Amino acid sequence: MKKIRIKPLTIKQRRARNGLLFILPWLIGFLWFYIRSFAQSIQFSLSDITVNMQVGGYTLRYAGLKYYDYLFSVHGSFKQVFADSIVEILIDIPLIIFFSLFMAVMLNGKFRGCTFSRVIFFLPVVLNSQAISNALGLAQSTMSGGITTSSSIILSSAVDGGHDLGYYLYIFSQLGIPAPLINYVLGAVSRVTEVITASGVQIVLFLAGLQAIDPALYEVSKIEGATSYETFWKVTMPMVSPIIVTCIVYTVVDAFAKSGLLDLSYATTFNEINYPLGSAISLVGTVAMCLILWIICSVISKRTYYIN
Amino acid sequence: MNLKKLKFLSAIRIWIIDFFTDQKIINKRMKYMAKGKKLLFSLFRLAVILGIGYAILGPIIGIISSSFFSDTDRYDPMVFLIPKIPTLMRYDLAIARLEYFKTLGKTTLYVLGLTGIQVWVCALVGYGFARFEFPLKKILFGCVIIMIVFPAHSIMLPIYMLFREFDVFGIINLIAKKPLNLLGTPVPMYIMTMFATGLRSGLYIFIFNQFFRGIPKELEESAQVDGANAFFTYLRVMLPCAVPAIVTVSIFSLVWQYNDTFYAKLFLIDPSIVLSKRITTLEDTILNNDQVRDPAIMTLYVNAGVVLAMIPIVLFYIILQKQFIEGVEQSGIVG
Repeated sequence: MKKIRIKPLTIKQRRARNGLLFILPWLIGFLWFYIRSFAQSIQFSLSDITVNMQVGGYTLRYAGLKYYDYLFSVHGSFKQVFADSIVEILIDIPLIIFFSLFMAVMLNGKFRGCTFSRVIFFLPVVLNSQAISNALGLAQSTMSGGITTSSSIILSSAVDGGHDLGYYLYIFSQLGIPAPLINYVLGAVSRVTEVITASGVQIVLFLAGLQAIDPALYEVSKIEGATSYETFWKVTMPMVSPIIVTCIVYTVVDAFAKSGLLDLSYATTFNEINYPLGSAISLVGTVAMCLILWIICSVISKRTYYIN
Repeated sequence: MNLKKLKFLSAIRIWIIDFFTDQKIINKRMKYMAKGKKLLFSLFRLAVILGIGYAILGPIIGIISSSFFSDTDRYDPMVFLIPKIPTLMRYDLAIARLEYFKTLGKTTLYVLGLTGIQVWVCALVGYGFARFEFPLKKILFGCVIIMIVFPAHSIMLPIYMLFREFDVFGIINLIAKKPLNLLGTPVPMYIMTMFATGLRSGLYIFIFNQFFRGIPKELEESAQVDGANAFFTYLRVMLPCAVPAIVTVSIFSLVWQYNDTFYAKLFLIDPSIVLSKRITTLEDTILNNDQVRDPAIMTLYVNAGVVLAMIPIVLFYIILQKQFIEGVEQSGIVG
C-alpha cells in the first residue's frame, strides 16, 4: 500500500487557516442568519404564502411583483409613511450633525463641571428603551413650562406673550428669505428635543475627534494670525471631517430603525399576518436607506480630508 | 479760557494717540479683550449647557416627581413638581405588578449572560480579522460593516420562522419527530449572540478589530517563538491587553441589551425575563387587576414603573460613566 503523505502547510497557509477558525462563529452566523434570511425575505416578497397552522411549515407560490405593485398603487398608508420617513431622515441629518458638532465644541476643553455636563449629555443614549422614551415623551408634553413640542404651540405661546411671531415671520418673508428656509428653521426649533435625544453618540464621537487634534496645529494658526473663525474652518473642520461620515452613517441607521416605515412593516407582518407585504415594505425601506447612505457618503467623502 | 480749552483738547489728543500707538497700553487692552472674550464664551457655554441640560433632564425630573403624586395632587392645579401629599403607593403597586425584584434578577442574569457571550465571541472574531491574512478577507470584513448598517428589521420574518421551526440539518427532526419551537424562550437570542449576530454584534467586532490592530505585533511573535499556538497566544497574551476594549464593549452591550425590546418582541420572550418588555405591559396589567380606569392616574403608575426600570441602568451608568465616555473616545469607533 502506498503511504499517503500529507504535505505540511506553509506558515502562511497555517495562519490563513487559523484566521478562518477565529472568524468561523461569525461566518456561520452571518451565512445562517443574515444571508439566508435576506434571500428568504426577497423570496417571500415575491410569492404568495400559505401557512399550514396544524403541521407547521408553509408553501410558496411565485407571484411576481404583485405585492410591490400593490404597495405602490393600492396600499392606503404606505406611500405617505415612506415619504414621511425619508423626509424626516433627510431633515434630521444636517440638524443632528450641526447640533452635535456645536455641542462637542462647547463641551471640549476643561471647565468647571465638564464631567457632569458630559454625563448629562450622554444620558439619552442610556435611556433609549422604547417604554422609557415613550414615557419621557409623554412627560415632556404634559409638563407645563417644558419645551413646547410643535411649531403651532410655539406660535400660540408667542402670541400670548405679547409677541406676534407671525408678524416677524411676515417681515422675514418680505425680506426675501425663502419660505422653505423659514419653515425649516421653525421645524428645527420645534423638534429640538428629538434632535437632542438623538445626538448623544454623535456628540461623543465629535468630542473624541476634537480631542485627537494636535494642539500644535492650533498654535501654528494662532502665530500666523488666524482669527478663531478662520481656525475653525481651516483646522477644526478638516480634522473632524472623517467623523462626519461616521456620524451620518450612525444617524441614518438610527433614524431608520426608529422610523414609521419599520413599524408599518412590523404591524403588517405580525398583526395582519401578511408576510409577503411586510417583507416587501421592509425591503423597499432597506433599499431606500442604502441609497441615501450611498449618495451622501459618496458626495461627502470627496470633500473629506484624511490625514494619512 | 480759550487757552485752557486748547490745553485740555491737546491732552485728550495725546491721550487718544497714546491709546492707539503706545505698545504698553495696546498690550493691556488686548489682554482685557482676550479676557472679556473668554468670559463671554464661557457665559455663552453656560447658557447653552444649562438650556440643553434642562431639555434632557426636564422630562426625567417630571416623571420622578409625578410618580410621588397622590390622586388629589394630580387634580390640584396648584401643584407643580412638588406634591402636597406625597405617596409611595404608586411604587408599591408597580413593584407588586412588575414582580420587580424577581424580574430584575432574571433580567440581570439574562443580560449578563448575553454580554459575556457577546464579548467572548466578538473579541475572537475581531482578533481574527485584525491579525490574520486569509482569502476574501476584505469582502468578509465588508460584510461586518454591512451588518452594522443593515437594519435587523428587514430579516425579522425569516428569523422568526427559523426559530419557530428550529432545526439543524434535520437532526432535531430525526430525534424528536418534529422541529423545535424556540419562540417564547430566550434561547434564540443566545444562539444568535453565540454566532456573533446578536444585538449590534457587528459594531463590537469592529471595536475589537480596531483595538487589536493597535497592539504591537512583537508581543505575539515572541509568544509564538516561545512555542505558543495561535489560540493560546490569543488567550494569554492578546486578551489581557484588550481590557479597555472589553470594558467598552461590555458596557455598551449591557446597556443596549437591557433596553432592547425589538428582539424580545420578535422572539416573544417571556416578559418575566425582560424588564424593558414587561414595563410596556404594565399599564394593561394594572388596568385589568386593579381597575384603575382613570388614564391620568394610570400615567402616574406607569411613571413609577418607568422610574423603577431606569434606576438600575442609571446607577450602572453613573458608577461607570468615566469608563463609558473614555471607552468611546479610545475604542476607535471614530476611525
